[in-house]
Amino acid sequence: MIYLQLLWVFIKIGVLGFGGGYAMLSLIQHEVVDNYAWMTTTEFADMVAISQMTPGPISINMATYVGYTAGGFGGSLLASFALCLPSIIMVYLIIRLFMSKKNSSLLSNLLKGLKPAIAGLIFAAGLSMMNTQNFVQIGKGENNISIVICVLAFVASYFFKANPILLIVLSGVVGFFVY
Amino acid sequence: MKIVFQLFFTFFKIGAFTLGGGYAMLSMVEKAVVDKKQWIPSDEFWDMIAIVQSLPGVFAVNTALYVGHRIAGRKGAAAAMLGAIIPSIVIILLLATIFREYRDLPVVERIFKGIRPCVVALILAPSLRMIKSAKVTWKTAIIPIAAAFLIWWCKVSPVIVIIAAIAGSLVYAVVIERKMKQTAKKEVEP
Repeated sequence: MIYLQLLWVFIKIGVLGFGGGYAMLSLIQHEVVDNYAWMTTTEFADMVAISQMTPGPISINMATYVGYTAGGFGGSLLASFALCLPSIIMVYLIIRLFMSKKNSSLLSNLLKGLKPAIAGLIFAAGLSMMNTQNFVQIGKGENNISIVICVLAFVASYFFKANPILLIVLSGVVGFFVY
Repeated sequence: MKIVFQLFFTFFKIGAFTLGGGYAMLSMVEKAVVDKKQWIPSDEFWDMIAIVQSLPGVFAVNTALYVGHRIAGRKGAAAAMLGAIIPSIVIILLLATIFREYRDLPVVERIFKGIRPCVVALILAPSLRMIKSAKVTWKTAIIPIAAAFLIWWCKVSPVIVIIAAIAGSLVYAVVIERKMKQTAKKEVEP
């Protein structure tokens, strides 16, 4: 049963995941945390951090991680394969149809139109993670440190395009010394 | 057969050593496939990337499938795809096993208490950058705001939001296409 669920969830994500790994965050979060409760919101945040620090496509990393958490070794292989399955079919179709750059303009305009919505989707994933589980003890002094880390990391990432891995490592070091 | 193995190892190396996701991988693929092995001419490669980029799914996998198929057919596509994803699967399986074993240790818990708010920032920042690069105006800002609000506050499934956005974008794409054709006609006529 769990295998069928994993298969269905990640095929869906493979079909609807326009705009790269980050765009899939919201989809994965909805299914994994809200729908099936395979992970808590904290585990989800930890998984995103680990997937980001690991080489390779972030969405494959997340699929493997979710699959492993929900269904062990078999689940991890199945989830990664399910995520690739729609790609296999679509790329094959595109090759068959001899698609050239000219008649792909509809596709790229579609993506252009989708972009603002995808950005909103990613933003929602971030907002959903801003809770008492990930931001330690709201109302107590310690919580301020969580907010400070978040704001500083945001400024470093948004304005200075700081390396995300470096930021994760640094905030891990801060956490080690502060908590 | 040799070329199938070469494809596998090329993408295996890329999968094992590129940090930072699909787009960081692209320049490595170009270097390997276009410059070094000269399997595909540069202009064809970038035309192909333009198509693959607009497809849903894992960008690295789409690229691997296309390059593999272009060079060595179905076997090539399979080899390139497996090469791109196997390092991820192996590394994550290892890390997940270790992490689940040790995540309850106070030291690990402390470190991750620091990391979690950072992850939130690392999700919010690129989404705002995306809004900027999509040239969202005050009028069209309603789209990302509505999408985020529906999912975050109203708990609407992102599946529904994406499908609605695809429907809207399809209309937009068709209108743009028509406009482009009309302006092309006007330029030819006089």
